Amino acid sequence: MIALLTRDLRLAVRAGGGFGLGLAFFLIVTVLVPFAVGPQTGLLTQIAPGVLWIGALLACLLSLDRIFALDWEDGSLDLLATAPLPMEGIVSVKALAHWITTGLPLVLAAPLLGVLLNLAGPGYLWLFVSLALGTPALSVIGTFGAALTVGLKRGGLLMSLLVLPLYVPTLIFGAEVARRGAEGLAVQTPLLMLAGISFGVTALLPFASAAVLRINLR
Amino acid sequence: MDLTASNLMVARGGVPVLEGVSFALAPGRALVLRGPNGAGKTTLLRTVAGLQPALQGEVTGAGERIAYAGHVDGLKTMLSVGENLDFWARVFGNSGIDAALVAFNLVALQDRMAGTLSAGQKRRLGLARLMVTGRSVWVLDEPTVSLDTDSVALFAGAVRAHLGQGGSALMATHIDLGIPEADVFDVAPYRAKPRAAVQDEAFL
Repeated sequence: MIALLTRDLRLAVRAGGGFGLGLAFFLIVTVLVPFAVGPQTGLLTQIAPGVLWIGALLACLLSLDRIFALDWEDGSLDLLATAPLPMEGIVSVKALAHWITTGLPLVLAAPLLGVLLNLAGPGYLWLFVSLALGTPALSVIGTFGAALTVGLKRGGLLMSLLVLPLYVPTLIFGAEVARRGAEGLAVQTPLLMLAGISFGVTALLPFASAAVLRINLR
Repeated sequence: MDLTASNLMVARGGVPVLEGVSFALAPGRALVLRGPNGAGKTTLLRTVAGLQPALQGEVTGAGERIAYAGHVDGLKTMLSVGENLDFWARVFGNSGIDAALVAFNLVALQDRMAGTLSAGQKRRLGLARLMVTGRSVWVLDEPTVSLDTDSVALFAGAVRAHLGQGGSALMATHIDLGIPEADVFDVAPYRAKPRAAVQDEAFL
């Protein structure tokens, strides 16, 4: 398991690994929004939590098809399936590697990029907390989508259509935490819902991902 | 423990390609599958390796004893030869890749990126992976593709050594491997009767 995690991380940071892809996309979105919306700081403050969350979500989506597609193409997925690792463990490690290479940089970069969108003072903490809690759910759900479409050439479109509806609850509660935090309101309810979604999908979805992966490998 | 297949029916894309296949493979023995293209050798090997279910019949003595090598080698182009091999050794809970590097003449290439190897060198690395798995039953699909005669001899030597240690090997190949003691199993007589595709698969 640890061997698989270190291999995936090592591959991600080597040339062509796509480590900076999500982060660069996130940066571009948050830099471009103020240009598009115009120099109205009040409006930017209002939309900042939502824009940052959408940017993070789409950045996550961008790199999902790499989770299994590369291993499928070079045959390592077949070999991993015959290895002593349980398939549930393989998909969990894959999701964790995706989160470390995509989700974690987004979490760390989001407070810095919040400055560009004139995020309100208390919002930085809650933006960070909501992304830290929510992005693991994005990676785990995305791994499920990637497992569903692993055998398909150019399966990215189908995967986006499958995954986006599943991302909606995470987006709603994650952005709600950030918005309420920024406006100084109580965040407990959406925060608990977000945590529930994250822990729930992390506990359950690897089994579903492993099942569809086994079927797709036939 | 023997690897046995009894009355196996295997399907590719939902269409049965072989039926009634039975064989036994004892430790220390090698079995070479022969048959024309499309006969179902790969499908049979994938079924034995547990990557797809059999429509009928069963395989015993497989499972956690199988080391499978398919048409593609499962190499990461951005990892070096040593890193690729070390990864598979650790996945299978082993350590020490030196014997495998020596057996397949890869010592000089150890620090090269796998992406810069020639087709034959990649194949040798893919076959060296079998040695670091520590598994006793090698299931090999066309192992000698893109190997030159010297490398085929290296491969035959590695298989012989594996058989000598009580392992066994099930191989699909079209060429003479230079392993005269291997049994030959022709799959052509087991071709499945034409019938409609089985449509109970969840995904096709």
